[in-house]
Amino acid sequence: MWQMFTGVARRELVSALRRRADVLNPLWFFMIVITLFPLGIGPEPALLARIAPGIVWVAALLSSLLALERLFRDDFIDGTLEQLMLMPCPLGVLVLAKVLAHWLLTGLPLLLLSPLVAVLLSLDMSTFMAVFWTLLLGTPVLSLLGGIGVALTVGIGKGGVLLSLLTLPLYIPVLIFATSAIEAASLGVAYNGQLAILAAQLVGSITLAPFAISAALRVSVN
Amino acid sequence: MKFDSLSAFLAMGGYGFYVWLSFAVTLVALLGLVLASITTRKRLLREVQQKQARAARRKAAQKLENTL
Amino acid sequence: MWKWLHPYAKSEEAYRLAGLWLPWFAGFSLISFTIGLTWGLAFAPADYQQGDAFRIIYIHVPAAIMSMGAYSSMAVAAFIGLVWQVKTADMAVAAIAPVGAVFTFIALFTGAAWGKPMWGTWWVWDARLTSELILLFLYLGVIALYNAISDKILAGRAAGILALVGVINLPIIHYSVEWWNTLHQGATITKFAKPSISNDMLWPLLIMIFAFICFLGALTLMRLRNELLRRESHRPWVLKLAEEQDEI
Repeated sequence: MWQMFTGVARRELVSALRRRADVLNPLWFFMIVITLFPLGIGPEPALLARIAPGIVWVAALLSSLLALERLFRDDFIDGTLEQLMLMPCPLGVLVLAKVLAHWLLTGLPLLLLSPLVAVLLSLDMSTFMAVFWTLLLGTPVLSLLGGIGVALTVGIGKGGVLLSLLTLPLYIPVLIFATSAIEAASLGVAYNGQLAILAAQLVGSITLAPFAISAALRVSVN
Repeated sequence: MKFDSLSAFLAMGGYGFYVWLSFAVTLVALLGLVLASITTRKRLLREVQQKQARAARRKAAQKLENTL
Repeated sequence: MWKWLHPYAKSEEAYRLAGLWLPWFAGFSLISFTIGLTWGLAFAPADYQQGDAFRIIYIHVPAAIMSMGAYSSMAVAAFIGLVWQVKTADMAVAAIAPVGAVFTFIALFTGAAWGKPMWGTWWVWDARLTSELILLFLYLGVIALYNAISDKILAGRAAGILALVGVINLPIIHYSVEWWNTLHQGATITKFAKPSISNDMLWPLLIMIFAFICFLGALTLMRLRNELLRRESHRPWVLKLAEEQDEI
């Protein structure tokens, strides 16, 4: 089972590396959204630092949404998904491998970009650390919850808008706790509590989301 | 009866607009839902009827053709 | 032979049973709406703080309660449909969702219309209003997903999965919004502090809640019958039914 898990994850990573644009575009989008806010609101560092948590996280939500479709869409079209379902292994495990690979390609790069974001939004060191930790704990939750949405809409021709309508409400708790952790950090208050809740959400979604995703895939691939 | 007159009832102690607006919107929304469900039912049954009538006509036409 | 008959008999039987219960739910709903509204609007005493504006409570609170109630019954139906593969339960999910969405809309609208005279604005980011708004989004998601998939059997199952995911998330969303709210604003809601409700005010409220429950039941049965007709439109019993109702 472990072999299949790593196999699926490796295959995902390799095929993504062959098509780099799919991976790079959401990151690019993330940076552009973050650039738009200072242009729209004004360049005062104090103001930017005040609204930075919201900016970072809304940009992260949108870019994760943008990248979601490729989680199952291509595999659905070329029939790989059906093959995955026939493998002698619980579908949930394989789905988890795919989501993990997806997060490595879309969530992890956001972490690498976060220092740049901190510079652009003039965040201090402790706030930057909070941004880093919340992205580390929060983006996997986004990938897992988003996976449910993709699995439900993958069979529909134009599922793009519907996907965002289904998934964005589910993202709200992550948004609330992540931004409040960053805000607490910028005020110099401890934010372990928020991080703990984010971690709890991560654990919860790792355990439950694979079941939902595989049930949804069984409906979509039919 | 808590109100002395009809005008007092309609005024709702100065809050008439908000109270009656809420009740009117609720009524419209609930009735709209009921009407939508009833018309859907009628439409579905009519569609079935039409389909059946069409099938019957086709059958009759075929019979006619066979006899000719 | 029974096994062969089973799926045929089931939807017809479900249709018949739904038709049998429908008048009761509709009748009780109509009666209790009439009693509750007249009592609440004309006979219940005015609130000593909010005056007559408080009468909005007689639709706001039942709608809010039943918007949650409808979501949980939808989730129960989805669970039954998913675990025991009962198609009628999947149809019930699709039947309940629009009713719940309308209740949620009513709760939001009356909340706003109550907030205007009490708080001075139509909308505040109060925890309860915000979670109600998110609940509306969840309902709309279920409805949109159901309508987007053309195969209605698959659509019902997909909507059921989404409803279950939503019901697991709903408490998390609710508590996070509540927590967010206490973090960001302190004292806006004090004016809304629970008025100790007297019996004369409470009875109409309970009757209105009962009316909303019966309304939910009646509408669910009506829409469930529609779904049954739509999916079984080629079965003989539907053809017979359509024949019997000539003038429609």
